[in-house]
Amino acid sequence: MRVVLAEDLALLREGLVSLLEAHGFEIAAAVDNGPSLLKALVDHRPDVAVVDVRLPPSFTDEGLQAALEARRRIPGLPVLVLSQYVEQLYARELLADGSGGIGYLLKDRVFDAAQFVDAVRRVAGGGTAMDPEVISRLVARTTRDRPLGRLTPREREVLELMAQGRSNAAIAQQLVITERAVTKHTANIFGKLDLAVSDDDNRRVLAVLAYLNH
Amino acid sequence: MDGELSGRSRETWLTERARAPWRGFRLWLLCIPGMFAFSLLNSTLSLLSIGLGVFVLAPVVVFVRRLMNTYRGLLAQWTGHRIERPYLPEPVPAPDEDPKSTGARLRRFQWIVTDPATWRDFAFLVADPFVATFTALLPSALIVSGLWGWILAAGAGDMIVQAGGNEWYAFIHVGAGEQWPAGAAVLGTVFMALGFLSGPAMLDYYGRWGRVLLGPTQASRLALRVRHLTETRSDAVDASAAELRRIERDLHDGAQARLVAMGMTLGAIEHLLDRDPDKARLLLAETRASSAKALAELRDLVRGIHPPVLADRGVGDAVKALALDHPLPVEVNVALPGRPEPPVESAVYFAVSEMLTNAAKHSRARRVWVDLEHRDGALRATVTDDGQGGATFEGGTGLRGIERRVGTFDGVLALSSPPGGPTVVTLEVPCEPSPPTRP
Repeated sequence: MRVVLAEDLALLREGLVSLLEAHGFEIAAAVDNGPSLLKALVDHRPDVAVVDVRLPPSFTDEGLQAALEARRRIPGLPVLVLSQYVEQLYARELLADGSGGIGYLLKDRVFDAAQFVDAVRRVAGGGTAMDPEVISRLVARTTRDRPLGRLTPREREVLELMAQGRSNAAIAQQLVITERAVTKHTANIFGKLDLAVSDDDNRRVLAVLAYLNH
Repeated sequence: MDGELSGRSRETWLTERARAPWRGFRLWLLCIPGMFAFSLLNSTLSLLSIGLGVFVLAPVVVFVRRLMNTYRGLLAQWTGHRIERPYLPEPVPAPDEDPKSTGARLRRFQWIVTDPATWRDFAFLVADPFVATFTALLPSALIVSGLWGWILAAGAGDMIVQAGGNEWYAFIHVGAGEQWPAGAAVLGTVFMALGFLSGPAMLDYYGRWGRVLLGPTQASRLALRVRHLTETRSDAVDASAAELRRIERDLHDGAQARLVAMGMTLGAIEHLLDRDPDKARLLLAETRASSAKALAELRDLVRGIHPPVLADRGVGDAVKALALDHPLPVEVNVALPGRPEPPVESAVYFAVSEMLTNAAKHSRARRVWVDLEHRDGALRATVTDDGQGGATFEGGTGLRGIERRVGTFDGVLALSSPPGGPTVVTLEVPCEPSPPTRP
């Protein structure tokens, strides 16, 4: 699986390269600034891009802008955005085109190599990987006066994991319950939130996020 | 006053001319309390020669100034010439000093006597009766004299002349048997038309005159500006010192302490590695959790100093991001042509952030609206909520603090919060936006 990597801190960039190579990824390009990121994405058309939000030359959201621009030119290009901070505003912009293949994680998440690599694979496969911090803030905000308040604590846990992009099997494993129970909770959640039930992993997550975001 | 000023612009040609003589007459009437104030001031000044005036002058001048401020208000209302208050700020007594002591009184005396505005007020009071008579009063005097011409023409002239009185109306003979008895009526009509037509112009002349003597001089304007800058600078220094202390404390108690604990735990792990690998594994997991917490704390700290979206995108998107995290539904409208200077941006952002927090905490609002726009050379932020209202600057909601912080940038804060709501807080900071950096 071919990866384009953008990270301006040399130490972290090399760490990511060796981490991904160790897990069988092929690094097509590793760049350290916004313009060369866009060029690399368009030239190499990788299976997934791993991008830092803040990049030279402006040291603002150059990486995010390059990723969004690349997705405009190559629709559906899978992009995993890493950042020191997770901002709902940026999460929304990434999800706005609704075509999936989007991840947005705190940089700290690379500490857990297995989970991080799992997230890269999910995004490459067209799925979603949203940072738990984004999700929990969304959920905390929306519970006060919205139908989300009707969810039981367990259902909310399931929703959060679902919104992060986990499959039913992964959710069952994490919460130590059966997959059947997860399916039941999912149905309840969709019922309470008036969402149409769908088998498609990615679409259901986008539906949930769209609901949370509205 | 604002209502009156905007009302002026709606006045038609006719109403403006119809009102001007009456307004001029009332402005002229002001000479009466003015002359009283003048004689009061004059006698106080003559008391100076026997030394007593030193103690009486300050209260008298303060009284006169209050009267002059009323004049300024009425002049602005009726002539459209807005006049700033020119007075130099009163010296602040030292905290341990008795305001009734002789030293304090002498300083007050010196403040009064050295302020040019005191003498300019005095000059205004001396000259105003004359100036007002020949400008503000003139239109109404012309109209009254015109009316008098009509009365004379109607036959009153006859009676007066027969009673041995004055037989002239201006250059017209008004006695019985004149060839042209209607002459007085015609001249009276001309006077009235003159009075009617010249009204606004005369009021304007009078307003200009008022501004010349009652407005600030260049020197007092500078002195006021220096005073304002000194105050806001010390506010800014205090605020940034407090902010540095907070950051230092947060770092010391948070991330730094955690890193020390992690170092110690790592030492223990090293020790346990061979003897008790299970325990070591447990401690490793704890250390990882600790490092995640330290990172989270550092993140929050940086977010508190300079929020990432603010740095990346500017105040518009940063406020939108705030709205997303807010417990209440917040509608944000941004109309900014570019990005203001970073310090201004940051001040406005934190002010809006605090106002949103206030709305969530105190207002019991259900919705909040934020509008950001650039108008008349200032960045204006308006935060409106549909809550219970009743917010005040003294209400412990930190509005005073916001005001001081935007004051550093010559910004102002306005609050409207009647009981029952809605609450509208508006802040304006003068600035020039730079052109957008991104298309």
